[in-house]
Amino acid sequence: MSEALREALTDTASARPAATAATRPATRTAPRTAPAATTPRRRQPWVVHALLAAGAVVMVFPFAWQLLTAFKTFQASVQVPPSILPDPWVFTNFGEVFASMPFGSMFLNSVLLTVLRTAGQVVLCTMAGYAFARLSFPGRNVIFVAFLSVLMVPTQLYLLPQYEIVQALGWLDSLPGLVMPGIFSAFGTFLMRQFFMSLPAELEEAARLDGANPWQAFSRVMVPLARPGIVALTVFTVLWSWNDLLWPLVVTTSPEKMPLSVGLAQMVGLHGTDFPVLMAGALLATLPMLVTFMVLQRQFIQGIAFTGSKG
Amino acid sequence: MSAAPGAVVPRRRSGAQQSPWWALLFVGPTALGLAVFYLWPTVRTLYLSFTEAGMFGGYTWVGLDNYAALLADPELLTALRNTFVYTVIVLVGIPVAVVVATLLNTPGLRGRGVYRVLYFLPVVTMPAAIALVWRMLYNGDYGVLNQALGAVGISGRSWLTDPATALVAVAVVAIWAGLGTSIVIFLAGLQGIPASVMEAAKLDGAGPVRTFRSVTVPLLSPSIFFVSVVGIIGALQVFDLVYMMVGRNNPALPDTKTVVYLFYEAGFLDNHRGSAAAIAFVLLVIILGLTVLQFRLQKRWVHYE
Repeated sequence: MSEALREALTDTASARPAATAATRPATRTAPRTAPAATTPRRRQPWVVHALLAAGAVVMVFPFAWQLLTAFKTFQASVQVPPSILPDPWVFTNFGEVFASMPFGSMFLNSVLLTVLRTAGQVVLCTMAGYAFARLSFPGRNVIFVAFLSVLMVPTQLYLLPQYEIVQALGWLDSLPGLVMPGIFSAFGTFLMRQFFMSLPAELEEAARLDGANPWQAFSRVMVPLARPGIVALTVFTVLWSWNDLLWPLVVTTSPEKMPLSVGLAQMVGLHGTDFPVLMAGALLATLPMLVTFMVLQRQFIQGIAFTGSKG
Repeated sequence: MSAAPGAVVPRRRSGAQQSPWWALLFVGPTALGLAVFYLWPTVRTLYLSFTEAGMFGGYTWVGLDNYAALLADPELLTALRNTFVYTVIVLVGIPVAVVVATLLNTPGLRGRGVYRVLYFLPVVTMPAAIALVWRMLYNGDYGVLNQALGAVGISGRSWLTDPATALVAVAVVAIWAGLGTSIVIFLAGLQGIPASVMEAAKLDGAGPVRTFRSVTVPLLSPSIFFVSVVGIIGALQVFDLVYMMVGRNNPALPDTKTVVYLFYEAGFLDNHRGSAAAIAFVLLVIILGLTVLQFRLQKRWVHYE
């Protein structure tokens, strides 16, 4: 599976369609039986393009409409029939977003929440996953089953007590409260264990025979090899942290402590159906992740497919 | 560990000899964190489900009262119905994703990467923002959807405040938002199908539709199974979209309230923690039941090589 997966994922937009086509004829058996039926390989399947393009319009239209609305006046946004382009273009909607709530702090909270959760998960899950895959220790299987049981339980089951714990620690409405439970992950540990299991043992054994202790074997040999797994875990955790709503909604109460997702929920209450302002807010909240995705699209798509195939 | 040169070291013994302290270093932090923030809370929630929260903190043991009250509560039944309807609609996204992935997998297709990025955009977008955008598109008075429908002579309605359409409208957004993830997983599965199999089907005279039905779908069934198991678990826990798209004062709220919404309301808005805990356990039982059922049924339709 992983070989095919890699092939599927490294094949980006620019990745030579000719090369893919060239590898195919090798496996074709008897092209001479029906020469008329074999259509030339190079011709583009226009029906397929038409269907995919129609779908792509459905996928992209809401984003385009959001972008355009963010620059419209309120009057233009409720005009019937709608004007496609803003007339006039206004930039005041963004100003209103900043005026109605502490957008800067919310942005910072989202960034810190995402960075801290992701860093925590990557370090902790990689270590624990390695131990489950490669070290033997008393109680390993029992502990692993306990980890797996966490995986199967829906979030809501631990939400109330998590809230109580965070409250008891005095962390309600604070960054530690937002971040803390999310730096531990049974899913991440399982993902990394699966990845380490698929790596060959020889290199690590060689390191151990050369006198490296488990920590050295882990950090110098295995971690560099585990890069695809770590990338997948990072992508997954970044998206989950940035987009998370229920937990931040529950633990934060003052606007300066909220991340962007909760900020957007607040905005609905503040602006009702003033869609240009709402769209400006939504745009500001999603743009960082969209830009990151555009830059690192291969890692993102690869990461999601990877978690999909292992999880 | 002293390995003298030339000493015979059994190959399978790797890792068998280090001190357990190493394992403690590696697993300890995560084990402690999961125990405190996940395992213990699960036990605690079970306890809470048998209690009632007092006015000034503290809990009173009430036995099975919460469960009895829940099962007799029409609101829970409605929430269960809404959640199931929502889940079933969201599952429609799976065949759509299989078709799109198959189209994307057409040999020699140009622009595959561009399409893949476009279909993937909602996956990296915050659900709260997605909900805001679709609130605007669905708006009854000047939403662009109704304006488009009006142009072809269909009179739309206020999709998100009409109890008859609100849940479907939210589910459609969930399909739209989740398509990219499924497509990427199916595409990976499709690339695992050897080209020779497809060629053989073609030589046997199978057209594209027949090949899709008789070759692609059966060979892709492990991926389809995975996506549907994960998808059903996720759909049964829906909260974000309903919370953001259907406001507190929306007349359609009773007909869109899902189980987790009910949980949130009971636990964090109304301070009925005992009953919230009981709702969480009802959900756990449903999720486990449906997952086990799917694993049972998979023998009938999932083909592993």
